[in-house]
Amino acid sequence: MASGTELTSNSYLQHHLQNLVFGKLPAGYERIDAEGHSHVLEHAEWTLAHTSQEAMDMGFWSLNVDTLGWSIFLGAMFLFFFHRVAKRHTEGAPTGFGNLVEMIVEFVNKNVNDIMSVKNPLIGPLALTIFVWVTLMNTMDIVPVDLLPLIAQFIAGDSHLHFKVVPTTDPNITFGMSIGVFILIIYYSVKMKGIGGFIGELTLQPFSSKNLAVQIVLIPANFLLEFIGLLAKPVSLALRLFGNLYAGELIFLLIATLLGAALPFFIGTFLGGALQFIWAVFHILIVLLQAFVFMMLTIVYLAMAHEHH
Amino acid sequence: MNFNATLIGQLVTFAIFVWFTMKFVWPMLLKQMEEREARIADGLAAAEKGQLELAEAQQKSIEEINKGKEQAATIISQAQKRHDEIVEEAKDDAKAEASRIKETALSEIEQEKEKARQDLRDQVASLAIAGAEQILMKEVDQAAHNEVLQKISQQL
Repeated sequence: MASGTELTSNSYLQHHLQNLVFGKLPAGYERIDAEGHSHVLEHAEWTLAHTSQEAMDMGFWSLNVDTLGWSIFLGAMFLFFFHRVAKRHTEGAPTGFGNLVEMIVEFVNKNVNDIMSVKNPLIGPLALTIFVWVTLMNTMDIVPVDLLPLIAQFIAGDSHLHFKVVPTTDPNITFGMSIGVFILIIYYSVKMKGIGGFIGELTLQPFSSKNLAVQIVLIPANFLLEFIGLLAKPVSLALRLFGNLYAGELIFLLIATLLGAALPFFIGTFLGGALQFIWAVFHILIVLLQAFVFMMLTIVYLAMAHEHH
Repeated sequence: MNFNATLIGQLVTFAIFVWFTMKFVWPMLLKQMEEREARIADGLAAAEKGQLELAEAQQKSIEEINKGKEQAATIISQAQKRHDEIVEEAKDDAKAEASRIKETALSEIEQEKEKARQDLRDQVASLAIAGAEQILMKEVDQAAHNEVLQKISQQL
């Protein structure tokens, strides 16, 4: 929708899959705008990237303003509304939104209590935050793919503005959360089992022997297996969520591109709209399921961290 | 996949949000729900207790009514018995009174009879005397013949 002169499926997709990145471009950097004009920066400059290449060149110390912004906004909404329900002092039966909140809390609490053998006051709030926050972030996928970016472009007055609205299609967001969970896994493993216990868990199983010499020989094999297993937890957690949502978003985009652009206007709009709707209905399942899976695996991993083998 | 500081931003945000939930959302909600649960459980228990008490009270009231009925029946039968007794007594009294009256009457009659007889005797005696006087035309010495006259009157 954005590249003014030529709109191809490829550029449409690429444009939609690029984050709005804020970062620092070094001095002497050559910027090329949409019209093809280039100018060289005299000083290093903190700015928004106009192209994917610029975003790449900004390096690590740049922010995806759109996904992080939506992520914080949605998380804050979750906290605001849930806190409002938590603050009320109703004696009787809850109504409306309060019901929904209590239903979710009860659901999360039940799952936590079913899985955790040890009581830990952190796990419940953690699971609730993950479940609701990820659900909200995933739900942004249901919003028609071009609606929010167009509004953002209109507000910014820049038709080339990159704007990704689904935070969970950004691996930075999903890894940010899974690394948080990973830190907690290590923290509780060490806290519950001690440094020695934690290292022992990594090195003395699954292969073990009564013979000390054999055991020492087995340590590298054990470590390799267990360490990869440990690292696989956050990576799979983040990639699963990212992959599902990214694929879902991509299918929305493909429907919009292929049907919207390839067919005559009226048929394309109608058929594309119908397909978008059907996929959105399917996608509701993915939205909730992935949030649930992320929450459940977090609880399971932390429960495992609490348990002695 | 293009990793940048967004990852750190999200990690920090995540930590803050979880902390906020832990501090200001989760415990309050859980407490509210537990309190309500306890209240509902109490209410149900109270209702059950109330029903139990009601059933007990009903049982008791039925017992009381039965007891009352029994007592009433006893009282009625006692009254009946007493009534019969009183009637019997009255009958007996009446009989006794009647026989007493009869006796009195009889004795009175006897007395009257005796008196009448006495009178008759006296009169017969005097008649006899008068007759004898008439017959003898002579005055019989009352004193001399009193013994004879007495005998005659005795024979009457």
